[in-house]
Amino acid sequence: MSCVKKFLCVSCPVGCSLSVTVEGAEVLSVEGNTCPLGEKYARSEVANPVRTFTSTVRVNGGLLPLCPTRSKTPLPLSKVFDVAREVAQLTVDAPIEIGATLIKNVCGTGSDIVASRSLPRKHRDSRELENSA
Amino acid sequence: MSAARQVDVAIIGAGPAGLAAGAAARNEGAERVVVFERDWEPGGILQQCIHPGFGLHTFGEELTGPEYAHRYLTRVREAGVEFSLNTMVFQMDKPVLKDGRKTVTFWTMQPERGIEQIEAKSLVLAMGCRERPAGALGVAGSRPSGVYTAGTAQRFVNMEGFMPGTKVVIMGTGDIGLIMARRMLLEGAEVVGVFEIMPWVSGLRRNIAQCLDDFGIPYYLNHSVCELRGRGRLEGVGVVEVGPDRQPIPGSDKFVTCDTLLLAVGLIPENELSRMAGIAIEPITGGPIVNEWMQTSEDCVFAAGNVVVVYDLVDFVSREGERAGKYAARYAMGRLENAKREFKIVPENNVRVVSPQTLTGEDDVTVYLRVGSPVESKCRLYAEPGLFSQRLRYARPGEMNEIKLSASQLKSLASDVTRITVGLEVL
Repeated sequence: MSCVKKFLCVSCPVGCSLSVTVEGAEVLSVEGNTCPLGEKYARSEVANPVRTFTSTVRVNGGLLPLCPTRSKTPLPLSKVFDVAREVAQLTVDAPIEIGATLIKNVCGTGSDIVASRSLPRKHRDSRELENSA
Repeated sequence: MSAARQVDVAIIGAGPAGLAAGAAARNEGAERVVVFERDWEPGGILQQCIHPGFGLHTFGEELTGPEYAHRYLTRVREAGVEFSLNTMVFQMDKPVLKDGRKTVTFWTMQPERGIEQIEAKSLVLAMGCRERPAGALGVAGSRPSGVYTAGTAQRFVNMEGFMPGTKVVIMGTGDIGLIMARRMLLEGAEVVGVFEIMPWVSGLRRNIAQCLDDFGIPYYLNHSVCELRGRGRLEGVGVVEVGPDRQPIPGSDKFVTCDTLLLAVGLIPENELSRMAGIAIEPITGGPIVNEWMQTSEDCVFAAGNVVVVYDLVDFVSREGERAGKYAARYAMGRLENAKREFKIVPENNVRVVSPQTLTGEDDVTVYLRVGSPVESKCRLYAEPGLFSQRLRYARPGEMNEIKLSASQLKSLASDVTRITVGLEVL
């Protein structure tokens, strides 16, 4: 028996409404997408929904107390809370370079947690900071 | 009074619009291009938007806000733009004629330099927008702590390391509120629900899907928060269902326990400085009236980004920022001639917000527009006389539509045409 599942594609801001005909675990057809990303999203959504995960980690001695992070690649939606808990445990030392790997293969998802901004050490003198900007 | 510091192109605000304007002004050939920014680092609100979704158009991949800012800053520094950080622009004069050309003068405050007077050959307003605050809503009840705008909470949680509360209600369905619903949940708070007074969602639908539906956070349309309760700290809010007239339905009120209320009820272009400079403001957008060069009612003042009209995507802000920077540079170098014609763009048939509002017809242009209420069926977007027609599957207030017009099309219009009407026709 085939059935139709409805998804809203989150691949880009257009947000197409997708109608996906599935039989068991097999995708028979995808309708409603306006670009190839929609078809890809629909197939992934049926097999194993994934999302890019973003959060922050605590920073010692940084100009800000937090550094934003992201998963380098999308990871399973079902693992998001596990990942959130693991990321929340982490504290790193400043300075941090954008793109630096902070956790490898987080929760066995195959994706790394990386820094999504550079964060310098806390300066004593604000003029030093302005000169570096 | 000491002599004013001379600048070719001054830009106020180092957010995405200001950065793009700065780089474009330099690349167009302007010498001294200075971006004035009140924060200690450039990037603007991008720095607190740690979620992905930025840069699909500009960089062809999905970046977080800080990543987008980082990429753009690299471009800007390569272009040779100067920054004046920790600098508040607090006063601006109406532009005056000096040596046969208009110049603009403003005052800045900075910890090391004190108060300084700046004179610029041209100026780009890129101050962005601010959130509609609690006081603007007139919600009844006490005035406890625990009520924040969604963006303030976003800065606390993502940059400063504070959690605003543990049990959260969100009022309004603006994108920042939806994104904060997910963020607060992932940081360990309980998110009770999202309440929207209108019968439709005001943010992007993808944010309903990936921020609320993914995590089972409920949202309620035709609902409003009508009361704040609590002494000292918020203890809960009164919520009521509203009818088609947006008036409360008697007997539908209920009490929702929470310690935090986040407001996501709209953004307002930040134009205090523009008003000081005597710039004409459009009442519906709340931003300066601009032509396709992003030139305001004062020839030497340009504007770009959310200070003009609130965009849904940063990529558009960058694109319009580039446009403003380019023409501001031309003006500063004496290379921007006065327009020979002016077309006024007049919205009709459910189109509410239009930007730019006037055209010179000298350049190709993208006109951005928003509808007033959603159309969930086939419709046609048009620009008359005979300039543009496009079929759409739907049109929603949360998503901007674009109309592209070419200079050759506009130049071919009969000389008595001064109005271009844009509208949305339901098919």
